Amino acid sequence: MNDKEKAEQAPVSAEAAPVKKKKTQSPGVLALQKVVNDVYQAARDAKKEGKLVGWSSSKFPCEIAETFDLNVVYPENQAAGIAAHHDDTRLCTIAENEGYDADICSYARINLAYAMGNETTNEGRRMPMPDFVLCCNNICNCMTKWYENIARIHNIPLIMVDIPYSNYPEVDDDFVAYVRGQFDIAIKQLEELTGKKFDEEKFKRVCGYANRTANAWLKVCDYLQYKPSPMSGFDLFNHMADVVTARGKKETAEAFELLASELEENLKTGKSTLPFPEQHRIMMEGIPPWPHLRELFKPLKEHGLNVTAVVYAPAFAFRFNDVEGMARSYAVAPNSVCLEKGVDWRSQLCKDNKVDGALVHYNRACKAWSGYMPEMQRRWQNELGIPVVGYDGDQADSRNFNAAQYETRVQALVEAMEEADRKKESGK
Amino acid sequence: MAIAEKLAEFRKIADNPKTQLEHYKSKGMKAVGVMPYFAPEELVFAAGMFPAGMWGSNTKSISRAKEYCASFYCSLVQLDLEMLLDGTMDGLDAVITPTCCDTLRPNSQNIKVAMKNKMKVIFLAHPQNRFPECGVKYTESCYKKIRAELDEVSGHKTTDEEIQNAIKVYNRSRAARREFVKLAGAHPEAVSAVMRSGVLKASYFMLKDEYADKLEALNAELKALPASDWKGVRIVTSGIICDNPTLLKILDDNKCAIVADDVAQETRSFRCDAPEDDADPIHALAIQFRNQDYDILLYDKFSSQNRRGEYVAKMCKDNHADGLILFMQQFCDPEEMEYPYLKKALDAAGIPHIRLGIDHQMRDFGQAQTAIQAFADVLD
Repeated sequence: MNDKEKAEQAPVSAEAAPVKKKKTQSPGVLALQKVVNDVYQAARDAKKEGKLVGWSSSKFPCEIAETFDLNVVYPENQAAGIAAHHDDTRLCTIAENEGYDADICSYARINLAYAMGNETTNEGRRMPMPDFVLCCNNICNCMTKWYENIARIHNIPLIMVDIPYSNYPEVDDDFVAYVRGQFDIAIKQLEELTGKKFDEEKFKRVCGYANRTANAWLKVCDYLQYKPSPMSGFDLFNHMADVVTARGKKETAEAFELLASELEENLKTGKSTLPFPEQHRIMMEGIPPWPHLRELFKPLKEHGLNVTAVVYAPAFAFRFNDVEGMARSYAVAPNSVCLEKGVDWRSQLCKDNKVDGALVHYNRACKAWSGYMPEMQRRWQNELGIPVVGYDGDQADSRNFNAAQYETRVQALVEAMEEADRKKESGK
Repeated sequence: MAIAEKLAEFRKIADNPKTQLEHYKSKGMKAVGVMPYFAPEELVFAAGMFPAGMWGSNTKSISRAKEYCASFYCSLVQLDLEMLLDGTMDGLDAVITPTCCDTLRPNSQNIKVAMKNKMKVIFLAHPQNRFPECGVKYTESCYKKIRAELDEVSGHKTTDEEIQNAIKVYNRSRAARREFVKLAGAHPEAVSAVMRSGVLKASYFMLKDEYADKLEALNAELKALPASDWKGVRIVTSGIICDNPTLLKILDDNKCAIVADDVAQETRSFRCDAPEDDADPIHALAIQFRNQDYDILLYDKFSSQNRRGEYVAKMCKDNHADGLILFMQQFCDPEEMEYPYLKKALDAAGIPHIRLGIDHQMRDFGQAQTAIQAFADVLD
């Protein structure tokens, strides 16, 4: 049996993760959950109807596929969901047994195991097998080889948009021309694949929704600037699924706008989604270790720490007016920008969101992200005068996280922030 | 001069990069460090400067680089930074930092910070989608910037003719290395694995015209040898780098001859020439990069096929290899990502292989020795 046949006869060999008690959610949160569930359901329905289904990297310009009415799902989102439901180790191990080394990004390992026909116990995140893949490597180079592997497993076309790494805060015209040229090629490839002509008018409408989503998402993120905050920064991790999987949809924009109105109401009434009093405000750097959200949250709750800055979240707000603007916009991702821009981006966020300290995830799955973190850490300490501590982990391989080390580091951060408070109070 | 003496000279150069750097500096030349992969070194040569290859070190330990890098970074990249920090590369006037992998990307920034007051850091981010016209144009754009930055370092405006001449010198040096790889494979009794590596590695520490002269002379002598009656095992090596003499001696001790290689520091780096008849030498260099193929670091536009794996399997067949040894650089995710499909192609072609994890800081080779010995026994 070849890989594709294996994939189509995927067994479910592991036990399902335990069902957790669900708390009551606001209409905005429910609307956001529905958007993501609909994306997955639409893809499953499309497959049943014999329509094309694509897999896409999270920062591929979704506006292009949306214009073609293509059903697209996102392996990174799926891998995060699988990890959060504790099905990561099983799938990572399957990939490793197939020869994919344990040093490879855990999202990639989970997804490659899935692509080879190993179903996940996270039913909500089950994806039909792909008929094409959309790869944009603005996140990392690993993405390029990961998607080549999917294309090989399923013998399907890969549509590539390469975004080279930037050494300067702004990209130049030659860079934009290169990316723009690739957009044109990607559109042509999708025209051939779908047998449809690219509809410029529809593209404009989709871009309108994508910009509206980006604005509403940024508005939601900006509520973390209020002190105390009307929301828990941890909420952003849950809502990210929407900006990853459904940026170009009207429903997403509407759901974020609804959530923003709820947060506005919270501000007026003094309420917050944070389930404890906010004593300190921190930046949480890096993709969180999804299998350990509970362990991650526990010491934050104990010490009254609200996560009011997450650079990963606003990074998904792509705003532009035209195709060239789209090229410039997609050139800016946390792992594609130079050190100076990366530092400025976070420093501004820390200032705006009134952060007292930062917690850095040295993410074993992400070499591109962790690669200049020690220097960033030094700069935040010097330029912002805030304490910064790091902990070791992995975005989607639970074996690479140690809760005891994490708790000790959070404790150290709390002590440093308290010391800074004491100094401030005594006027030093 | 006898073959053995010539080989020993290359080996000595390969083992003493700092002496080579000092040698060229003493002649009044400027020097530019060139990190992996695919930097257009021709531009450094054309500017009258010495390009010093940087592929880590087998004798140093990572210490200062830890201030910048997390522990899960490949030793090659960390040791390049280490050598920039510890004074080994103080003779450099600039360094070129390509960004073909996720470790090189952020490390270009670390080097920019660490070398701020020491030397010019020349950044290079090749386009991966290098095939369409927009990709070729963007490669040209990157190379034009490098040319201008190198001109700043050299204080001299490089002419098109100088670059065209450099292309000819480099093509000649690449052809000589390709020829040498064939001859070394044909005469393993004369060229051990340790010496073979020395010859190829020396290219990173010599001006390429001097190197080509020397290698062509060696090749002429190897060509004149009678046909080999090699009784040992014939292998192909694969990986980013396998230049540790202690490790290579294990191959020699077990009568494993390297008949061809798919190694980034070796054949992958000189597989592809630049056109010599292009009026625009920058365009010629962009075409050379476009034509780079079968490489784990570069996007393969025919990604649904297993072209690279099959290419390496064919290389084994064409060279009548008994098996392949993959030297897997620890924490090298591009190489790791390609392994399952390389394995599929080798298995399909009936070529046995072993995969050995390596690192520049390896000091104990007991495990490698056992694995290579067992592999050689099986193949023999």
